[in-house]
Amino acid sequence: MADLSVNIAGVEFKNPIIAASGTIGFGHEYSEFYPLEELGGISCKGITLKERLGNPPPRIAETPSGMLNAVGLQNPGVEHFIEKDLPWLREQNTVIIANVAGSTQEDYCKMAERLSDTDIDMIELNISCPNVKEGGVQFGTSCESVGAITKAVRKYCKKPLIVKLSPNVSDIASIAKAAEAEGADALSLINTLTGMRIDINTRRPIIRNITGGMSGPAVFPVAVRMVWQVANAVDIPIIGMGGITTWKDAVEMLMAGADALQIGTALFTDPYSPVKIRQGLNDYLDRNGMKSVTELTGTVITG
Amino acid sequence: MKYDARPCPLVKKTQLTDTIFDFRILNKELAEIAKPGQFVHIRVPGKTLRRPISICDINGSEFRLVFEVRGEGTDILSQTEVGGEVDMIAPLGNGFKIEPDQRTVFIGGGIGVPPMLYAAKQSNNAVTITGFRDKSAVILEKDFKSIDEHILMTDNGSAGRQGFVTEALKDVIGNADMVCACGPMVMLRGVAEIARQAGVPCQISLEERMACGVGACLGCAVLVNREDGTQGYKHVCKNGPVFNAEEVVF
Repeated sequence: MADLSVNIAGVEFKNPIIAASGTIGFGHEYSEFYPLEELGGISCKGITLKERLGNPPPRIAETPSGMLNAVGLQNPGVEHFIEKDLPWLREQNTVIIANVAGSTQEDYCKMAERLSDTDIDMIELNISCPNVKEGGVQFGTSCESVGAITKAVRKYCKKPLIVKLSPNVSDIASIAKAAEAEGADALSLINTLTGMRIDINTRRPIIRNITGGMSGPAVFPVAVRMVWQVANAVDIPIIGMGGITTWKDAVEMLMAGADALQIGTALFTDPYSPVKIRQGLNDYLDRNGMKSVTELTGTVITG
Repeated sequence: MKYDARPCPLVKKTQLTDTIFDFRILNKELAEIAKPGQFVHIRVPGKTLRRPISICDINGSEFRLVFEVRGEGTDILSQTEVGGEVDMIAPLGNGFKIEPDQRTVFIGGGIGVPPMLYAAKQSNNAVTITGFRDKSAVILEKDFKSIDEHILMTDNGSAGRQGFVTEALKDVIGNADMVCACGPMVMLRGVAEIARQAGVPCQISLEERMACGVGACLGCAVLVNREDGTQGYKHVCKNGPVFNAEEVVF
């Protein structure tokens, strides 16, 4: 039995498998499949200062080896999260990451300040949601804007700060460096790739929002490439995600430079996938005589 | 644990029309807790998303699922052979609330017909109305006839009466206590309006593109009137698929 624990920015995870924001809500539903303590952590559904209703349906479309979503950050607001969801989550014996999104820099700062007074473990700054008109990804696509919002939030954030990066950029390594320079404790990547599908019978986009965020196995090679690029550019820990579906994908993502992993869309195909991935990862380490999962990180040989 | 995803054997398979299949899937434990109007969420080999399929009937330990091949996913599913397995999360969602002795009208349109079968079987005082495009699309006629009073409608009159299900509903709404319906949105809107005018409560089963199936991802949104007078989204998988018609914003 290998040691699966990892330490990300001072926070101890019993294993590197974290449920990705937006796919597991606040954990209640998937806790009806297995105890959430099986997971290293949960990144909660993106929350905003006030309740958001989200986008009109359809919000979902399937794509070859993946899917599009445009939920549009439907959530009950940060106060509801703190009062109704957090006390229950805290009892689940897993790391709790609050994923925060906003329309303005002020929103992000207010939420970071408010959540710093709670017993969440980490804050993940969502500056990469492609499905809202204001805010979200507009903060995440240039070095200047990523640097500015990281710097601003850092002043209010007393918790370890993860900045979640968008893949819809030309040079993700530079953006990662900008976040690191302004005080990010860790990075998570990739958020979804903006995509679109059209119903050929109606000539209308399948998703009412027209475009949506693409996820699933189809984006995995893009995610591996970006994690590798960012790992070569920064010294802070990286949480790799994007289409991880099997334990082999998990091993690959760690080799590319990830210190921990998030699993999202795979939950929809198989709710047990995070548990199976954890087990497969453990078996791989044992077979290869590795004592700790940390021995895998960044071990890709490119020379 | 409330939920489980498990492979269940396909024990019988029948093709009802060019595009509609009838699967009998065995799982005693899950069949015993399944309620009318609930659905199952089926994994399709090679596909990222599961396919939500309504429960047509429960016979002892068997789920009866009647579904239409609409795209690649349901096409792959339809090719499952008897003896093979179907991986499903079941049963899911909130079904119809049926008072057995109330005079209840059960209405199904097109591929919305199957879930009305198990629902109508719970009633001792049922009128069932099914509607189809034409004779070639008619399914489950014998099953519905065997329950109680049954009215078959087709758009062109090639089987049963000519016309929409809403016309048949107008004939029977007078002495109804409850209406339960599943079908295309335009049909449900018409059914809900007739029920509203008659002052009869109405439950409708909705469909929406779905991902997780359990209420976590918030994909399958439906706009509803909320208790505080505002509008917001509920979710077909967890809050539905059956909703009170007056709650839904058409």
